[in-house]
Amino acid sequence: MTSSTPSRLLTLMLAALVVALTIVSLMTGPAQFPLGSVWKALVSDQGVETIIVRDIRLPRTLLAMLIGATFGLAGASLQGLLRNPLAEPSLFGAPQAAAAAASAIMAFGFASALSVAVPLGGIAGALLSVGALVAIAGRRASLTVTLLAGLALASLAGAAIALILNLAPNPFIALEIAFWLLGSLQDRSMAHVWLAAPFMVASWLLLALNASAFRALALGEDAAASLGVNVERTRILVVIGVALGVGAAVSVAGAISFVGLVAPHLVRRFYGSDPARVMLPAALAGAALLIAADIAVRLVPVPIEIKIGVVTALIGVPFFLAMIFRERRVLEDSTT
Amino acid sequence: MSIAPRLESRSITVTRSGRRIVDDAAISLIPGELTILAGPNGAGKTTLARALAGLIDCDGTVTFDGKPLQAMPLRERARALAYLPQGHEFHWPMRVDAIVALGREPHSDPFSRTTDADRAAVARAMAAASITPFADRLITTLSGGECARVAIARALATEASVLIADEPTASLDERHRLIVMELLQTIARQGAAVVAIIHNLALAMRFADKIVLMNEGRVVASGPPQETLTPERIASVFGVSVNRIETPDGPLLIPSRAL
Repeated sequence: MTSSTPSRLLTLMLAALVVALTIVSLMTGPAQFPLGSVWKALVSDQGVETIIVRDIRLPRTLLAMLIGATFGLAGASLQGLLRNPLAEPSLFGAPQAAAAAASAIMAFGFASALSVAVPLGGIAGALLSVGALVAIAGRRASLTVTLLAGLALASLAGAAIALILNLAPNPFIALEIAFWLLGSLQDRSMAHVWLAAPFMVASWLLLALNASAFRALALGEDAAASLGVNVERTRILVVIGVALGVGAAVSVAGAISFVGLVAPHLVRRFYGSDPARVMLPAALAGAALLIAADIAVRLVPVPIEIKIGVVTALIGVPFFLAMIFRERRVLEDSTT
Repeated sequence: MSIAPRLESRSITVTRSGRRIVDDAAISLIPGELTILAGPNGAGKTTLARALAGLIDCDGTVTFDGKPLQAMPLRERARALAYLPQGHEFHWPMRVDAIVALGREPHSDPFSRTTDADRAAVARAMAAASITPFADRLITTLSGGECARVAIARALATEASVLIADEPTASLDERHRLIVMELLQTIARQGAAVVAIIHNLALAMRFADKIVLMNEGRVVASGPPQETLTPERIASVFGVSVNRIETPDGPLLIPSRAL
């Protein structure tokens, strides 16, 4: 792996942006704290301020960072595997499938919200969705097949959610699932962070292992295989890696989508299209985007906090449409 | 005098959905020789090439310098054999030099930096394929002929002793076809064992040291071009009649009509 000095500087700037947004996130809320008191509240007991910073703002900020990075990396990895800048976990219903599986576990009383069974369920749901997509996309992974299969899988995940809502034993559970699907970082505790973080870190490691394989896959699967890439193993690692990350993220924060589409796209214009080189920047950009979105929902002056999943979808979908518009010549050409 | 084959396959059979796509094929590639694999559409040429490159499972054995290919670790095999697939896929708008550098992947581990040896090999490959002037351009800005040369340079950068090229001249104009064929010949002359799938019989006749002719999965003839591509055999394998014209560059085959 090589990286030239300017791109290393950019990566450092992105990392600095994540740190800066983290600090702003800890300062921002109904009660605004200056930097100094945030620091004091973090390191020593300052009463109410410490409760607000440590127990309310720190968990949601850490979750935004971890989940944003996970989605950014998952998006970049799926795009690398499928050689397609439009690949994104939520486009084939991975978060929805994870949410369906995780909420089913809670709705039907198999486990409490903080049980490890919830992320495991989410991971299983995401695994089904991502695994099916990669299997259907197959060796050629054509744009049309990938997107159509994604549409079908997203619809199936939607149907699964409808079934769970339909069968929900009481309306409160149905409401809880409905809110979960909106995606939120509100009222999360450090327990949520510890529940999801190990799975997300495992996902990062699995995905990062494939960086040079993604680069070789730019030449297609046969050429990559001839360059010594074990394509089958790469496919399995990416499916498991994405499922671990998306499943765990959705289990604690609900369905947050489109970060995996937007983050890699934004960094590609600065780092070029090399699918290995965009991975770390995409993770950092994903973290920055989600922390920024989480700050934004706290700043919008509405009586009920807007869910972060709603914000990412409101930004992500027009962004996706713009990408389709720009790529439409390629899309029209790919008839297979 | 005979030189030991670099890559040798014996009784290769590939079966898909009960159908024998390649049936008991034998082929040996000699260092310094350009072998051309010819045959009509559906003869099994691409499948045989992929089996030779170790990309698909097959019955029979492929050996590299006497060692079974299946027993070689993936990266060692990737250093020994360069494979150029049909159709030159480039999925990302990457820079030309970055694409050629992909040919060095088998030589590097994921955490190592580019070495001087890598840079030198990339420069040699780009010079050989005459693409050095557009090293810093994006692949998406090049013409079809230029892309074909980038693809070949990528395969050359590996500096493998075997090159397997599947239709490297497809969709190229006359001039670029000749440039690519001359390039393949030069690579062979420098000591590599080269095999290319070529549809154009005139090019095959002109550049091949050896022709391997396939039909319906079987190798039906193998040997020097003049002995292999006889009008009778071309009629029976390709279903066309040809006119043979003597030229200063050797005999030329021109298909005249479908039989």
